[in-house]
Amino acid sequence: MSDTKKFLYVNRKAPYGTIYALESLEVVLIGAAFEQEVALAFLDDGVFQLTKGQDTTGIGVKNFSPTFRALGDYDVNKLYVERESLEERGLSEDDLQEIMYEDEDDDWAEKPSIRIVSRAEMADIMAEQDVILSF
Amino acid sequence: MSTLHTVNKSPFETQTLLSCLNHCKDGDAVLLIEDGIYGGLAGTGLSEAIRQSASRVKIYVLNEDVKARGIPAERLMEEVTGVGYDGFVDLVTEHDRTQSWL
Repeated sequence: MSDTKKFLYVNRKAPYGTIYALESLEVVLIGAAFEQEVALAFLDDGVFQLTKGQDTTGIGVKNFSPTFRALGDYDVNKLYVERESLEERGLSEDDLQEIMYEDEDDDWAEKPSIRIVSRAEMADIMAEQDVILSF
Repeated sequence: MSTLHTVNKSPFETQTLLSCLNHCKDGDAVLLIEDGIYGGLAGTGLSEAIRQSASRVKIYVLNEDVKARGIPAERLMEEVTGVGYDGFVDLVTEHDRTQSWL
């Protein structure tokens, strides 16, 4: 009998303009130590957090985008990205960085952590959670 | 007489950019900074509305904020001009006042 709960971190803010995106990532990393079932959702301006090629040297703040690629090592490998949010912003999956994890149930095969889902699928994902944390 | 307007909010999250553009006078300039730079993206649901305003006002984006957010320059609308911090200072001096849309 497991008491594992399903946690969803909902990310709706662009990076750098506010502290929400970085704080979300910090909480995900802290929460990862508690061995719960963790997933991340990126919708609305949150999809901007995952763009590739971020370079913050000119604005004097930490570029935290490479940290997303470390999530797989913490068994956080479900990053749901809403297709409609991408399209409304003129983006596609190709504009996002590649984030991989090693599947221990499949001979450590490398698999993508980013899963593009529709708005309706995102609603279903939200509805099946035990705990939702919003940023 | 002209005004430099700065916008630092994403147009997908607030009405700030549209409100700013709706209050601009001919010959004004709008500088998109911080999360405001997403207003310069081409091919979005808002690009057309912003492009129409660009016929009356000059629209700039701060290059450092674009680069930080991983947006390639070619993804910005043609009507949008990139400037650095030095260009930001030039814009401030070239206009009679600066209005920050927060």
